[in-house]
Amino acid sequence: MLGRGIVEGMLETARNFLGSYVSRERLTTVQYPEERLAHIENARSFPFLVYDGADWQAGMRCVSCQICEKECPPKCIYIEKSVDKKPDAVGRPQNYPKVFNIDVSVCMSCQICVEVCPFDAIKMDVEYELGAHDRFGGLLLDKQRLSKSNEYYHRIHPTEAAAVDAALAEERAKMQAKQQAAAAAAAAKAAAPVAATPSAAIPSAPATEGKA
Amino acid sequence: MTRAVAVDQMFVTLNHALVAYVPAVWRPLASAVLGVVTVMVVFLTLFALTVLLERKGLGRMQNRYGPNRVGPWGILQPVADGIKAIIKEDVVPQSADHAVHFLAPVLIVVAAFLNYAVIPVGRGMALTDLNAGVLFFFAISSMVELGVFMAGWASRSKYSLFGAMRAIAQMISYEVPMLLAATATVMVAGTLSTTRIVEMQATYTGQIPHWFVLTPWGFTGFCLFMVAATAESNRSPFDLPEGESEIVAGYFIEYSGFKFALFFIGEYLGMMATSAMAITLFLGGWSAPLACLQWFPTWGWFFVKLVALLCGFIWMRGTLPRLRMDQLMNFSWKFLLPMTLVNLVATGLWRFLPVGWERWLICGALVVVPYALLGRSINWQGRKVAVRRYRYAE
Repeated sequence: MLGRGIVEGMLETARNFLGSYVSRERLTTVQYPEERLAHIENARSFPFLVYDGADWQAGMRCVSCQICEKECPPKCIYIEKSVDKKPDAVGRPQNYPKVFNIDVSVCMSCQICVEVCPFDAIKMDVEYELGAHDRFGGLLLDKQRLSKSNEYYHRIHPTEAAAVDAALAEERAKMQAKQQAAAAAAAAKAAAPVAATPSAAIPSAPATEGKA
Repeated sequence: MTRAVAVDQMFVTLNHALVAYVPAVWRPLASAVLGVVTVMVVFLTLFALTVLLERKGLGRMQNRYGPNRVGPWGILQPVADGIKAIIKEDVVPQSADHAVHFLAPVLIVVAAFLNYAVIPVGRGMALTDLNAGVLFFFAISSMVELGVFMAGWASRSKYSLFGAMRAIAQMISYEVPMLLAATATVMVAGTLSTTRIVEMQATYTGQIPHWFVLTPWGFTGFCLFMVAATAESNRSPFDLPEGESEIVAGYFIEYSGFKFALFFIGEYLGMMATSAMAITLFLGGWSAPLACLQWFPTWGWFFVKLVALLCGFIWMRGTLPRLRMDQLMNFSWKFLLPMTLVNLVATGLWRFLPVGWERWLICGALVVVPYALLGRSINWQGRKVAVRRYRYAE
């Protein structure tokens, strides 16, 4: 008979109406500022720079090779290479970024910078509450604001960070073996200083690593 | 009992007391102004309450929270909405007819408010006791159509015009069954005065009141009236004139700021006015639902019934999807109109048949059987669905 469907529909909405007061599971809304969902592990927002150890300037992995700056599709990364070289944690002099800016209002979170970085120095953050009153100052993140510790990286992307650490440790071990071999060779020769070490170190790359 | 009467009549007494301060010549005018101001304040408050109730209720029906940010549990949301509407920029299209564009929302709100002149809100609490009150009500409520078309035409936008034409087609189609449904009550009551109609229903057999809705023709009439009233006030599922998914907002697309709010107010006031009329015609106006409940003030009963009907409107809006234009017209002309005519016959029989169970049986059968038959004839679910063929497109 006409109207049966309407009555059934009305009963359904009544069930929803009353049910929403009885069971909390029906209400899927997350009351955002007060409560928030834990981010999923593969979440990403904007890039940040990883550093090892406690000092963000000494432990910075970035050697300012500028690959990310060149690859960035919206050109939101700006790097000024240092003229001097700072000794990294291994003790080898390396360039470091004098200025490293990312304009997150331009960044499109494509993660290409992360994929091209040969030093695992730039990774994706999960921070999304970046609201600022000043579009130019507030959203242009400088080197200091971009630097975040390796522990933080472990906290937000545990699996990925563990893999990165393992790869780095392996390369570091390889490097040390090579250095030891070179040192042994040097000791054996005991005469001429070995010129091969720096040129061998560059392709294997983890020279910027901190020991920790 | 005397205390109950005092509480019941306290607004009338207050009115008399206040008017007594005015010189005798000005007393009728002062009394009228006082009444009008009261009606405006009360029904605008009720409007705010309804908006809140609707937003919260719809939210819950869709398993959302609804507004809960402004004030405790979001109860100040209507205030925030009002402030927003007032401080928003009022944009008028350059090619619009400015005067008509301005007058349309005003006309709609004025027409909606005029409706309340004949509604008996409590015992002896109608603003004016016209002896053609029902007629006045329907005459005034058809002014809304004029306002709607003014808005659509003056905006100089095709969406506006579409919306307005839909609205006119719909409102005229549904005004006919609405009027005919109301006619049933007028036939039995033998009067067009709203006050008299309510007084006739405010008597009791034992505990049961003599509400017209408690008769077969009255129940049918009430249901038909409410369906037509839903369409008349452009409420979901008959909200084609607004149709935000196809013609964005219909006839008020070119309105912003407080003029938009006026349309909103007009829509809700119209809905409340037709609900109030349904209460007056079928639900016994201000009379208590049981004889033992007469200690409660009559105006209290009126507003309890009004809020109950408004909740019904909200419930329906939360349930039903919007109709298509042909479904809307079919429903009006092929179902509602024949049903109201059949209902008029049943009402006539009820009036002249002797009191007894035979009367119930005959009148009941006279509305139930056509309902089933007509319902089957417009039931499009039973029809075969075929792939639509486009003759010239292939």
